[in-house]
Amino acid sequence: MSDWPLWEVFVRARRGLSHNHVGSLHAPDAQMALRNARDLYTRRNEGVSIWVVPASAITASSPDEKDAFFDPAGDKAYRHPTFYDLPDEVQHL
Amino acid sequence: MSTLTSLDARARYVLALGDDALIMSHRLGEWITHAPQLEEDVALANLGLDLLGQARSLLTYAGELEGAGRDEDALAYLRDERDFLNLQVVEVPNGDFAVTIARLFVFSAYQYELYARLVDSRDETLAAIAAKAIKEVTYHRDHATQWVLRLGDGTAESHQRMQAGLDRIWPYVAEIFVADPTVADAVGDGVAVDVAVLREPWERYVTPMIEEGTLTVPEPAFRAAGGRQGIHTEAMGYLLAEMQHLHQAHPGATW
Repeated sequence: MSDWPLWEVFVRARRGLSHNHVGSLHAPDAQMALRNARDLYTRRNEGVSIWVVPASAITASSPDEKDAFFDPAGDKAYRHPTFYDLPDEVQHL
Repeated sequence: MSTLTSLDARARYVLALGDDALIMSHRLGEWITHAPQLEEDVALANLGLDLLGQARSLLTYAGELEGAGRDEDALAYLRDERDFLNLQVVEVPNGDFAVTIARLFVFSAYQYELYARLVDSRDETLAAIAAKAIKEVTYHRDHATQWVLRLGDGTAESHQRMQAGLDRIWPYVAEIFVADPTVADAVGDGVAVDVAVLREPWERYVTPMIEEGTLTVPEPAFRAAGGRQGIHTEAMGYLLAEMQHLHQAHPGATW
């Protein structure tokens, strides 16, 4: 059992929110991963929905590419929607 | 301290269900730091905590019904072996992981059928305890089933061990469904569930799962009996010694 694959766990805290990554775990298959996730990450009432994804199925950006990937966005303040006056009635923005 | 023979049927029934949950909880707790994987370690501890919660509610209520001033701690830690009314199946030593899963499979499937009917008890406290517990044991039954299927239909080694686990536990199955004459009044009053009627729905769940796991329902070599009358196996004394020694060495200890 020491060679169980790694799974990444995503939990939705409540309706209307998106699933957030909460951690990872080992399990022999997807159904057991879901159950292990329930026991490890929702035992204090943290969620209403769980996704598990094989860690091997995730393609991640490389730290070596950080400059090329992310720095060009740093000085483009005009992309932030900060130039509008919001009416007081608008909530949750 | 009053003896159990003086308890009325309802108190005795509640105490027996509480003892089942308490002893099963202790056995699951013994896996902590010993499970095959960290994830399973947490899972078994979670199930044990669910059962400990059921035990606390049931023992507290049993103490109230008895009316002799005994609380949950007094009932859990200050009774002797012959005063425990749990089924023998919950005291069987854990064995390997497959034996533990076999027992959890048998016991949680029984608890599921029990609580599914106890929610309609005419005793409102029992009905409320059952309503909370049914959700918990539904998950316990699912967890055990997942493992029966995977170990049974896994490798040659896991299949052999899972079958050996079922063989180890099966002698203790019959006792679960034997009506206890000392609580017959509680059954008649609509307070307690008649366990004899649980066997058929229990088999309707358990048998197909065993077969799906390519396993065989064992033919037990003997049939255990007597747990509800305070008759226990050799393992029970050792279990109680470990479970009770801290409270008896340090009465009222808290942390």
